[in-house]
Amino acid sequence: MTLISAKNLSVEIDGKTILQPFDFTIEAGEIVTIVGPNGAGKTTFLRALIGAMPIAGGRLVSKDGLRIGYVPQKLHIDAGLPLTAQRFLNLPNAADKGLLATTLDFTGIQPLMTSQMRDLSGGELQRVLLARALLQRPDILVLDEATRGLDHLAAASFYKQIELARTQAGCAVLMVSHELHVVMAASDRVICLNGHICCQGTPEQVVITDEYKALFGGDASGMMALYRHQHDHRHDHDHEHQHQHQHQHGHHVHPE
Amino acid sequence: MGLEFLDSFLVRAALAGIGMALAAAPLGCFVVWRRMAYFGDATAHAAILGICLGLALSLPITLGILISSVVMAIFVAGFQNKGYASDTILGVASHSALAFGLVVATLFQDIRIDLMAYLVGDILTVGTSDLMLIWGGAGMVIGLLVWRWSALITATLNQELAFACGIDPKREQMILSLALAVVVAVAIKIVGVLLIVAMLIIPPATARIWSTTPERMAIFSAILGIMSALGGLYLSFSFDTPTGPTIICLASTLFIFANLLTVLRPALMR
Repeated sequence: MTLISAKNLSVEIDGKTILQPFDFTIEAGEIVTIVGPNGAGKTTFLRALIGAMPIAGGRLVSKDGLRIGYVPQKLHIDAGLPLTAQRFLNLPNAADKGLLATTLDFTGIQPLMTSQMRDLSGGELQRVLLARALLQRPDILVLDEATRGLDHLAAASFYKQIELARTQAGCAVLMVSHELHVVMAASDRVICLNGHICCQGTPEQVVITDEYKALFGGDASGMMALYRHQHDHRHDHDHEHQHQHQHQHGHHVHPE
Repeated sequence: MGLEFLDSFLVRAALAGIGMALAAAPLGCFVVWRRMAYFGDATAHAAILGICLGLALSLPITLGILISSVVMAIFVAGFQNKGYASDTILGVASHSALAFGLVVATLFQDIRIDLMAYLVGDILTVGTSDLMLIWGGAGMVIGLLVWRWSALITATLNQELAFACGIDPKREQMILSLALAVVVAVAIKIVGVLLIVAMLIIPPATARIWSTTPERMAIFSAILGIMSALGGLYLSFSFDTPTGPTIICLASTLFIFANLLTVLRPALMR
């Protein structure tokens, strides 16, 4: 079953095209990973798909009553706002008791329940955010660079947990990630984004495309480290021309 | 009817203070959490203009206040992402509204506005109809905030988190702006335009010290607000000082005292 489907969707911010028209669908239970350099519009892509972004053109359809479990990149909590992890997990609605017990067990955050959210370490916070997302009984988990700031070991175990969550809860997963080497293996589909969808397919298909190599380099070490400037220069010339063209004629970009 | 007790101006003043404190507490928490203190000032200043225009156009004063507050909110929202920092826009809006209000007030000399009463409040002249307005407004604000409570907190935490749960942060922002307009209309007679924001943020700031959850902070704020209102009323009556400022003085004394206590307690326990 299709959970979210976008047709010719484009996004502008203040009249500037961030994402050129693209088609996208995600099916129940699928794991889709978005990769791309900084400033490629990955977060905008996620925001547009969960309806947090006015769309400039095209159509966006979600399954009726789609439940989204969202894990943000970071969570800034004002010093003036007292909030225990316990309270946070019950926002906006009180969590089901049985589900809460299994989720606490699964994420191992039981000891953190009475802690203030502001006092949690990066890894603890990510687990609490994941737990809250799972408590929404999501059809789809949406993660925006959820492992930013975690070391490789912590990141790897976080992704293990997400894969496990997918198996147990049967939800689809849509995530943005920098940890290509970890993410690629777990994904059913990889989307390579840079202001537009450069290429997509199974991880095996994507890594051999020219677009992917242009963005991330062909070898394994290139996959692990991304440098914006480096890729900017390497990006093939057709695309560069296209970008300039689009910026100059920003208002004519969206076809619908 | 047995409402004779309302005949005493002190009883009316006390009830007005309690009503205001109850409405200001939960809203004040959001003002603190979302850093809306300056926006609150702008809304309060707009009320002066609203009062004058209301009088000039023979509209009810409360209606004038509500309209000017809402216009202020729309004005400020309209300037978002237009290349100005938000405190610049709020500064422009807030002080312009105050200046225009004061000028318009003198232009309409014939309608005789007791400007001081609106600037610093005049709780002792609260009549039965004022009281109904205050409690009606307070009831509305409390109802609105209780109804939207969890959605408001979610939207305050993180916009995407809110969207993912089907909550529109813009709508929640509008609800807070509306609640703010109503609280300004309610509090103007009690603490006055200049001190409304103090009534909104000082009790929550004090309550923050002992709070572990948003709900506790709102409840402690209400208790502190009521203590300040009733205590301030009593002190101003005893020492013949202006009531609105006395209420705020007491609220800030509680704030300092509570903070001193947290600093000194470890030393005293030793």
